[in-house]
Amino acid sequence: MTGPQEEQRDEGHLVNGFAVPPLDARPAARNGHHPAVAEQAGDVWDRRVASGLAFLRRRLAGDYEVDEFGFDPELTEAVFHPLLRRLYRDWFRTEVSGLENVPADSAGLVVGNHSGTVALDALILSTALHHEHPAHRYLRLLGADLVFRMPVVSEIARKTGGTVACNPDAERLLRGGELVGVFPEGFKGVGKLYAERYKLQRFGRGGFVSAALRTGTPIIPVAIVGGEEIYPMLADIKPLARLLKLPYFPVTPTFPWLGPLGMVPLPSKWLIEFCPPIPTAHLTDSADDPLVVFNLADQVRETIQQTLHKLLARRPDPFGP
Amino acid sequence: MTPGGSSSPPGVVVVTGVSRYLGAHVAARLAADPRIDRVIGVDVPDPTPEVSGLLAGVERVRVDAGAVGGLLADLDVDTVVHLALVSAPDTQQGGRAAMKEQNVIGTMQLLAACQRAPRLRKLVVRSSTAAYGASFRDPAVFTEETEPREVPRGGFGRDILDIEGYVRGFRRRRPDVTATVLRFAPFIGSTADTTLTRYFSLPVVPTIFGRDARLQFLHFDDALEVLHRSVTEDHPGTYNVAGPGVLALSQAIRRAGRVAVPVLEPGLSGGVALARTLGYGRYGLDQVDLFVHGRVVDISRLEQEFSFTPRSTAAAFDDFIRAHHGRALITREHLAAAEQAVLDGIRQVRAAARERS
Repeated sequence: MTGPQEEQRDEGHLVNGFAVPPLDARPAARNGHHPAVAEQAGDVWDRRVASGLAFLRRRLAGDYEVDEFGFDPELTEAVFHPLLRRLYRDWFRTEVSGLENVPADSAGLVVGNHSGTVALDALILSTALHHEHPAHRYLRLLGADLVFRMPVVSEIARKTGGTVACNPDAERLLRGGELVGVFPEGFKGVGKLYAERYKLQRFGRGGFVSAALRTGTPIIPVAIVGGEEIYPMLADIKPLARLLKLPYFPVTPTFPWLGPLGMVPLPSKWLIEFCPPIPTAHLTDSADDPLVVFNLADQVRETIQQTLHKLLARRPDPFGP
Repeated sequence: MTPGGSSSPPGVVVVTGVSRYLGAHVAARLAADPRIDRVIGVDVPDPTPEVSGLLAGVERVRVDAGAVGGLLADLDVDTVVHLALVSAPDTQQGGRAAMKEQNVIGTMQLLAACQRAPRLRKLVVRSSTAAYGASFRDPAVFTEETEPREVPRGGFGRDILDIEGYVRGFRRRRPDVTATVLRFAPFIGSTADTTLTRYFSLPVVPTIFGRDARLQFLHFDDALEVLHRSVTEDHPGTYNVAGPGVLALSQAIRRAGRVAVPVLEPGLSGGVALARTLGYGRYGLDQVDLFVHGRVVDISRLEQEFSFTPRSTAAAFDDFIRAHHGRALITREHLAAAEQAVLDGIRQVRAAARERS
């Protein structure tokens, strides 16, 4: 079963590689047009400087749009995604599969496993969808209210398309045809010890399921492997966490021993797989039925857990190539 | 009384708060409508000079909103438009205590009078989107059904909650009266003078560090239009009234050509309180909370029921900028010129380098 799927995945990569021309694809340089190279490089830089300045002017004049959630696509595209792509491609060497399960132009609720002490997995997931998906979809993340309590962080979250995890916002985004990303484990998932890695935690009340049911949106489970190793949490200093009003205070092999250097994530190998969507359009009336909600949440949880095991078998060395 | 905008123009309309900007404009507009027989303006102070010219067709009565009981019965009033609200304390006129007296006690007494007026058919009350309070767990967009998660810290927000509570009580006791509550976003426009327009007119604008609130504005003329339609048509219920679309605070400051100066939030609340005691400015905790949390409302109910969409927040703000353009520090032209200068500079340096090689 792995054989054909592997092939399909590689093919998808190729297609996507062409759909997203990377910046270093310089046909002139590759074809060996030596005399023209210097001249053309100059033009490229001219264009980059000009577009950079135009971007700066637009930003300073306020000539851009934000949506009602505070999402600023221009800033996200120009500043955040290029930075995250570095991390995504060069540092974590992320491989993505199952992108055909993500709709190209309609709403979808992407449900993933949460891990890694710092919730980098959410950002890497949104980079994967924007970078690799043929329709370059933005993932609208739902974050804990702790995120929106913190200055600076809250604004970065809003500007990159995030909003508070609550049903009114989730349903509004889904009705608007957006791709919404949610991690039902919450802090239980991010703040678990390294020994517990890749064991899915409880899914709470399944609020995400009722949001999908009420809007008839398909649920797309996604398994993310690699997030657990970036900041392996060896211990949790609970009194300190209570003092700082944080859900946990992590001790990793590098943090807090190495100070700021301990905040550099370890370069684990990441695999992300999107599973086939679970349709919910026929269940719109059962959004308040706890039995239906719990069953669906369980189905999503099981799917993610199975896929995690499958992906882990494919990645014997967490820090491999 | 079918919903959907059936037309039933009233005979005698009472407008409270007629000495101030909004009240005077609404009263003048109603007086100019030939379908309405009489417009009676009620307020205590004399109209400010800038609006007194508007009130030619309006009969003025100098009582406060609380004492209109006799008036309502004597004149067969069938519609009351309650606009006498103070959004920020004014130290010259008694500060916060007077503000609360006017907002809460004034509304309470007016509603008591309305309850006893047998011919009353319609009540239109000005409210504010401050009714939604401010909390970190709030949804990004408020619909009319959203309940505030905590009581607002600011005086105006608390007053608004009280006022809406009284209107709910009134609705229960007089179900025969069409009660319309309009939750307005902050007004802006070419002439309106509000706490917020004064804020954006400062050359250097204080903001809160690490926060970039999502704001919505309502063009003053659209507020007049909605108020007018509420009087001449039947629209029972509570409606959000705001310009569609959103401006981030930083974006609005940039569009206005001002410079933002971020201030740390923990010290700010104390600073605001101190400044108020010392008599500087009219900025209260209401403004601090608005600039920390932002406030965006859903207006689909208004659009459906009134068949009217206010001009967008961005367009309303543009209108305000055009009227105040002279005081901008940084204009689009400056920025375009700077961009061109840098590009020209680079081109010259490169041309020079090419000549040398």
